Amino acid sequence: MLATHLGRTTVPESRYIVRFAKADRIQHFVLFVSFLGLAATGLPLRFSDAVWARPIAQIFGGFAVTGTVHRIFATVLIALFVTHVARLMARVVKGEVGLLWGPQSLVPQPRDLWELYAHVKWFVRRGPKPAFDRYTYWEKFDYWAVFWGMLIIGGSGLLLWFPEFFARVLPGWVFNIALLVHGEEALLAIGFIVTIHFFNSHMRPHKFPMDMVMFTGVVEAEEYRKERPLEVARLEAEGQLAERLAGPPDAAFTRRAKVVGGAAIAIGLTLFVMIVVAVFSL
Amino acid sequence: MVPVRFVVVVVGALLCGAPAWAQQPKPPANDDCLTCHNDPDVKRSDGSSVSVVPNRFAESVHGPLSCVDCHADLAKTTEFPHPDKLAPVNCASCHDDPAKLLGDSVHGRRPHGGGTPLACVDCHGKPHEIRPASDPTSATNKLNTAATCGRCHGDTQPVPSMRGPAVSHSFADSIHGQALAKAGLIVAPTCTDCHTSHAVAEKTSPKSPVFRTNVPATCGKCHAGIEHEYSDSVHAKALRAGNAGAAQCASCHTAHAISRTEGDAFRLSAVQRCGNCHAEALATYRDTFHGQVTRLGFAPVAKCEDCHRPHGTFAPSDPRSSVATINLIATCSKCHTGANANFVKYQPHANQHDPKRLPQLYYAARFMDVLLLGVFTFFGLHTVLWFVRERHPDAGDTPRKDDRA
Repeated sequence: MLATHLGRTTVPESRYIVRFAKADRIQHFVLFVSFLGLAATGLPLRFSDAVWARPIAQIFGGFAVTGTVHRIFATVLIALFVTHVARLMARVVKGEVGLLWGPQSLVPQPRDLWELYAHVKWFVRRGPKPAFDRYTYWEKFDYWAVFWGMLIIGGSGLLLWFPEFFARVLPGWVFNIALLVHGEEALLAIGFIVTIHFFNSHMRPHKFPMDMVMFTGVVEAEEYRKERPLEVARLEAEGQLAERLAGPPDAAFTRRAKVVGGAAIAIGLTLFVMIVVAVFSL
Repeated sequence: MVPVRFVVVVVGALLCGAPAWAQQPKPPANDDCLTCHNDPDVKRSDGSSVSVVPNRFAESVHGPLSCVDCHADLAKTTEFPHPDKLAPVNCASCHDDPAKLLGDSVHGRRPHGGGTPLACVDCHGKPHEIRPASDPTSATNKLNTAATCGRCHGDTQPVPSMRGPAVSHSFADSIHGQALAKAGLIVAPTCTDCHTSHAVAEKTSPKSPVFRTNVPATCGKCHAGIEHEYSDSVHAKALRAGNAGAAQCASCHTAHAISRTEGDAFRLSAVQRCGNCHAEALATYRDTFHGQVTRLGFAPVAKCEDCHRPHGTFAPSDPRSSVATINLIATCSKCHTGANANFVKYQPHANQHDPKRLPQLYYAARFMDVLLLGVFTFFGLHTVLWFVRERHPDAGDTPRKDDRA
């Protein structure tokens, strides 16, 4: 303990490791703002008979405005999705093939299954905590759940937004399915983000109440070495650790980020409670 | 030619009778009566006023009559002042038709409320001041009728046994009541236009103009175009066939609180009214975008009557129906410009729990059920286990906050 303490104080500037680039953090910010906006403006319609449905729609200025706000957030999120995919494709084309497979990739791989198995074994004290690399299986699930969710919800949303256009090629019953899928997938997304993602990434005992890494981009080196030993070891072996070291995040920025992130978590939990109220009063 | 002898006999008989007729007391003239009765303070022994205002009586519809035409038992009275108790005036001696209608009416029989049957003067006002209905001050003038009926049909009548169904407030706020009271529209209907004046019957009586099968004709007296459109509809047909629940005018518009139909309030509440009978159709409508939006109070999306037409409603199998297959494109195009044959394959009453109606939707819904249940079960369990493990002191991993330097 004392050694760690002394070690930290002697090299304060290199106590942190960069985990997320600025572009990633901006994308996450735009993602959760538009996601919460879409959820808040969509839920009154999905649960139009809930006690809170009309009041929430009133907050946004009546249903007509709520629908418009929903489409504005949708446009933002679709733009984000397109940008995200375009950037990834550009990086792959430029030669970052590691994005498609290997430890730097979010693509599910056989080792994710083994890590899940080992992690669960650790939950039930039947084995040691597995060593993780840059992306864990639950992070990959988070990523692909959102990716799939945006395709399904965004796609069905566009169908419902421009039915006359899509009916040129699609039969009308597709809109019946689109409405169902749009709503159910949205419930899955909200429920998953609020209960699973919030817990996995922010609210579990070791992270409570929030993990700031997606806001500041950096994580304490000692902490990261324990969380992602394989990545740190890999960086050391490849001699790239020094490039990834950084100073502590700006204190004022971190404070603001905590307010914004805390508000997002509060809004998310509120929406979740609204869903629970609506489901159980049916 | 009348025989001369017959004339002689008749005239003789009249002349012979003359002395006996001349001995009868002369009936009092109106001025004789007014000698006492124009005194504003003249009272019966029980204190009730028997004063008559001569001008008011002269101006009334009965002004040309003699007092004794109605108070017939006074024609033979010789002693004045006459006794307090006279025979009741019988309006029927002249007004025999209305009196008979009243006697047979709900007001004349009073079968439910008990109490005494209504008398003519209960509606027509003070007996010596009755004015013709055409007079704006008459209690039965078109513009005053609702107030007259409202004396018993509001909730202000102090004598409970005199209270009829309290509908006058609903009527006063209705488009008909407002047309009369605010716009002064004499063509707008008042109580008697639908219920008649003297022959008022319960709505459960087939004689009543507001009996369910008579309602369309009653409303159709003014709304002839609507009645014509309605008369062929599936509702009218069912009503004529004896279906007591089949929709007629009042089923959707109410009887007394009839409002304008352009407003959002009416248009949104009409959805609920259709649902009173068409419960399954309402439930499936509420599962669709149209139904969800209208439940939030936003009217400019499809409601029942936008697709099914409010008065010319037909079964979808009827080619006259706006939702018959051949008419769907036209109907959907009212809102969805450019709707085509593909577009109208949309099901506005889809039911995700019915595998027969739209199997694609049914199986999509079951897939979503499994997906949601699967994800939440797996990660719910994962989360609980993780939480328990990380709470344990030997969890390792990152140090707790309080352990940090």
